[in-house]
Amino acid sequence: MTMTDTPVSGRLIKRHSVVVRITHWINFGCLVVLLMSGLQIFNAHPALYFGQRSYFDSPVFAIDSREVGDTTEGYVSLLGHSVPTTGVLGVSNVNGEPTERAFPSWITLPAQQDLGTGRKWHFLLAWVFVINGLVYLIYGLASRHFARDMVPDRADLAHTGQAIVEHARLRFPHGENARRYNVLQKLAYCGVIFLALPLVVLAGWTMSPGLDAAFPQLLTVLGGRQTARTLHFLAAFSLVLFFIVHVAMVLISGVWNNMRSMITGWFDLGVAKQGDSTHA
Amino acid sequence: MRNKTANRRSVLTGGLASLTGLLLAGCDKISGGDIATSLLDVGERLTYSVQRAILGRSALAPEYTEADISPHFKANGSTDPEDEDYRRMVASDFADWKLKVDGLVDHPFELSLAELRAMPSRTQITRHDCVEGWSCIGKWTGVPLSMILDQAGVKDTARYVVFHCADTMDDGALDGPTPFYGSIDLIDARHPQTILAYDMNGEKLEVPYGAPLRLRVERQLGYKMSKYIMRIELVDSYADFGEGNGGYWEDNGYQWYAGI
Repeated sequence: MTMTDTPVSGRLIKRHSVVVRITHWINFGCLVVLLMSGLQIFNAHPALYFGQRSYFDSPVFAIDSREVGDTTEGYVSLLGHSVPTTGVLGVSNVNGEPTERAFPSWITLPAQQDLGTGRKWHFLLAWVFVINGLVYLIYGLASRHFARDMVPDRADLAHTGQAIVEHARLRFPHGENARRYNVLQKLAYCGVIFLALPLVVLAGWTMSPGLDAAFPQLLTVLGGRQTARTLHFLAAFSLVLFFIVHVAMVLISGVWNNMRSMITGWFDLGVAKQGDSTHA
Repeated sequence: MRNKTANRRSVLTGGLASLTGLLLAGCDKISGGDIATSLLDVGERLTYSVQRAILGRSALAPEYTEADISPHFKANGSTDPEDEDYRRMVASDFADWKLKVDGLVDHPFELSLAELRAMPSRTQITRHDCVEGWSCIGKWTGVPLSMILDQAGVKDTARYVVFHCADTMDDGALDGPTPFYGSIDLIDARHPQTILAYDMNGEKLEVPYGAPLRLRVERQLGYKMSKYIMRIELVDSYADFGEGNGGYWEDNGYQWYAGI
């Protein structure tokens, strides 16, 4: 871990434009509320299916509870295999009382079971999220931010293996090499921006009976409304995984420098060290 | 410098953590407040306007084949009303049941089940999406609501169709069970797939699904499709019914527009 706490002038670069910084934080706020209200909505029927309709007897994935002896056990089932999850999923404490609910109250919005309010939060923030995302996409294309900084080129991809080794050893590029995103960053960001986020939106639209009437192609593309609901959940879950890795990388590659660059724009390149990867 | 940075760092991360906490606790608190309620409603109004613009009047909900029909259609909400008047009607196989059509119309009238069945009908195999998240597919046969409206002659001042139902919901209200009602706008009311269904999957509609007559509004969620319909009233505003939000579920926190 290397921290460059005393930036030397000349090593500071303007890493993130103002549009990127503002849309990044709006997006973060939206995703937090969308996730928590989404889990509230999921709790109303915590089972996922493939196809147009629900096959209640054989969900692909479910969070449920069952009686085991004198106690109620929470469990998660995936393709017919189940694991006990009492305390977190299926059964968790609400005001100190073990309560049957899929996701625990500390991660849902609102905390108590309230599908109507959860939906209102979800769809209000969905609007902010989509409009914010459009602003970002238009900016990224028009300013060539995507082409210049995000999309990996052949040289990047050729060094994927090397970059994985460097990351596993928690060695991150400094100096000139830190001026650009490394190939793993590019792949992760492109995956989120061009795959996970568009999928979460498309799958969300496909769940709307109104939009299904206007655009029945949505159902064809995503394989039915219940498949869309499953994909919506999977895409959201992949965003959570990205978030965990993203925050971990921010923390171990210099939290102050990274945070400053996403707030003020200024990023300290640091000094290239002997043995630093020349490509990563 | 090290110390200062460490401080700065902990202030920053601590600050962010507490800000997030505050935001979330805040979300929960303000959900109940008036400002938040109207802010939350902005989303619904936006969705309604945009969907109305995109969907137009006639975009049809997808229809399915016999093979797609759910073997077990989940029944939700009221599934077996205990109201005495309704039990009596069930006992007599709805022989005395009549649909009343009134409100802002030129010719109020009543129809028996036999008279409804004698009218032109539409049959459609559609997907029923519950607000909870599940979907079932069923085949529905009934009279297009637009025919009923044309027969009654809707006055220019009418904007909504209110459905008064035979079932009451025991929601713990002090003044006893709450009568179920619902409403839709005239665009959905006149949509070709909006029917008053009396048959389901080729059989007489059964009690759990809304016997003798239930609404199908195929571009919205299931909770908009009133069951056990007794009376159809044309109105210019639904503010005077129930708690004024346009329906039993709407009075209990669900959005009036359920196209999403």
